[in-house]
Amino acid sequence: MRHVRSIQELGSERISRLLDLTDHMVEISARAVPKVTALRGKTIVSLFLEDSTRTRLSFETAAKRLSADTMTFSVSSSSVNKGESLRDTIETITDMGVDAFVVRHKSAGVPWQMTQWTDAVVINAGDGAHQHPTQALLDLYTVRQSLQGRSMEGLHVVVVGDIRHSRVARSNVEAFSMQGALVTLVAPSTLLPSSCDHWPVRVVHDLDAVIGSADVLYMLRLQTERMAQGLLPAISEYSSLFGLTSSRVDRLKSSAVVMHPGPMNRGVEMLVDPREVPGSLIHQQVTNGVSVRMAVLFDALTQGEGVEGDSAMKGAM
Amino acid sequence: MSTLAIRGGTVVTASEEIRADVLISDGLIQAIGADLRGDSELDASGCHVLPGFVDLHTHLREPGREEAETIETGSRAGALGGYTALVAMPNTDPAQDSVPVVEFVRAQGRRAGLLEVVPSGCITVERRGQLLAPMAQLAAAGVTLFTDDGNGVQDPALMRRALEYARDLGVTLAQHCEVSALTTGAVMHECACSTDLGLPGWPSLAEELMVHRDIELVRLTGATMHFLHLSTRGSVELVRRAKADGLPITAEVTPHHLALTHELLTGFDPLYKVNPPLRTMDDIEALREGVRDGTIDAVATDHAPHIGRDKELPLDQAPPGMLGLETALGVLGSAVALDARQVAKLLSVAPARIAGMSNQGHWAAVGKPAHLCVANLDESWVAPSGSRASKSTNNPFVGRTLRGRVYHTIFKGKPTVVNGMATA
Repeated sequence: MRHVRSIQELGSERISRLLDLTDHMVEISARAVPKVTALRGKTIVSLFLEDSTRTRLSFETAAKRLSADTMTFSVSSSSVNKGESLRDTIETITDMGVDAFVVRHKSAGVPWQMTQWTDAVVINAGDGAHQHPTQALLDLYTVRQSLQGRSMEGLHVVVVGDIRHSRVARSNVEAFSMQGALVTLVAPSTLLPSSCDHWPVRVVHDLDAVIGSADVLYMLRLQTERMAQGLLPAISEYSSLFGLTSSRVDRLKSSAVVMHPGPMNRGVEMLVDPREVPGSLIHQQVTNGVSVRMAVLFDALTQGEGVEGDSAMKGAM
Repeated sequence: MSTLAIRGGTVVTASEEIRADVLISDGLIQAIGADLRGDSELDASGCHVLPGFVDLHTHLREPGREEAETIETGSRAGALGGYTALVAMPNTDPAQDSVPVVEFVRAQGRRAGLLEVVPSGCITVERRGQLLAPMAQLAAAGVTLFTDDGNGVQDPALMRRALEYARDLGVTLAQHCEVSALTTGAVMHECACSTDLGLPGWPSLAEELMVHRDIELVRLTGATMHFLHLSTRGSVELVRRAKADGLPITAEVTPHHLALTHELLTGFDPLYKVNPPLRTMDDIEALREGVRDGTIDAVATDHAPHIGRDKELPLDQAPPGMLGLETALGVLGSAVALDARQVAKLLSVAPARIAGMSNQGHWAAVGKPAHLCVANLDESWVAPSGSRASKSTNNPFVGRTLRGRVYHTIFKGKPTVVNGMATA
């Protein structure tokens, strides 16, 4: 399958290939002229039906570094709902002759529905609370980079925050577990899925009980509307129990790293300036995001042409 | 007066199943016996001659959403499924909360003339759950079953008043059991699967709480109550206990809740989105047991046509519902092993009684109205693609092997379906 829709569909073999391919992309990105012709003649459409600036820019930068042509279709989902159906939109753009859709949608499952309506490759840039596979890949890559060749086996990854509504959490639980990491979820029960007993994770409700043993502390964004939904009594209560404060930073292992998918809610889950967190990988995440997405686009758009990703890459360089 | 003979079938009467021919004229069964000949004849060999099916739960969409279904197209779909009467759900636009709308629906049913269309009435004005609909006026216009289907009546005080009022009128209230505060934004059964798919869950509790509340309200008021489309093990157990207590309660289940599990949603196909949602195999087993032991009185389709583009919306925005009329018998037959008498009870006799229809749901007998369904209950067949009569195509059973096939449907003594084909 060429599509990139979920971590589970990608599987560990393809994930390893993508991470290795990312090394090449990091090298390209570091060049004085960070651009190769690998995807020249390919057309990629960014279909962002939910607000997102950074993921869209990251994908578009990635596509441009590989010389693909890019188009952007960016509207709020509500205006699409009023007029043209999603199927009509997809079919119309497909008729223009595109090779890949990069899709972000507030509804879970849209990338799966789309593949019934287009022959183009579908790359999931986040669907509802379901999956965000390129985020998980860039997180894996960033952690791998920080480990400098050491394995992720047994690594303690602590994910804190609104697991219930988080596609990042769903993707990362699968991705890190696949690499042999031990994942702990930290949240009040109201921000956990109604049942996640079947996930390969430990669930705790006390951040302070596990923060000292974390190798990776992964802070999720808390949307302030959760209070209005009755999931939390007050944001300040959440911050004091689950936010990253300077005293909690002090309790981290010296080797621990801190990550956040962005955008950060300063004063909610991040009560310290991330620039002052010694182990922060937040900037590397953003930088690596472009290279990982280059790898994903290249892999998805050159598979099926009988060319091994790695050798084609070298040929294009 | 011309005569019609149904020849070579097994006739299901009140007391027995007999190999016999049935002679019909003047809209009535004139004779049941050997070697009856008519001006026209239908071959029923290998088939049972059953009372015409009665659906307690059909969304005909007219008035308001005629591009999805009309009373005529829905009637034809019903005839193809062996139905001779349909209870039209009131969530039309305008809703069936006033006498003119109810009379319009009935008149459109008569105009189509393919089966009897029996309009239900709303419990509350516009199904909003705030003010009681004019139930006495509607009852005077012939409405016997009241429901806000699509919505449960949330306010327990209002539901209590509605039951008291209904008791005075001798009509039945039918509840869509869903505590809506527990199902905000819900897309599918709440379980491990909904967790993985990132979809808001519809917990079984949201149904069971209302079933429990309404059982207690029936105990308090003595009114009669029907539970629509039950979907959980807990609901079946609550109804079983309430019936053991002698409460005047009946319940239905849909064919799809007997056949399909929630795991079908993993492909994000809105075809499988229904309300209440598809549930687990454990729930299905409990519903099947309820059907076999009589806790569940009736099988009702919840036939819910939607135009194609509505089922192409993202899963969380797509409207719930699937077609049911044309495949109900086959889906039921493939889900639960039943004899002909049980099939007749579940699809005809019990629903006619629950809906208060005096001229439907009769066991075959001389002098009774000739509303009949001739079906081979053992035949396996593959549901063809598309719909043969409905204006919509949202039927997930297409391409599946079903058991039990309708050959002929007779309404008021006239064939509406012959050899599986609509006559008009």
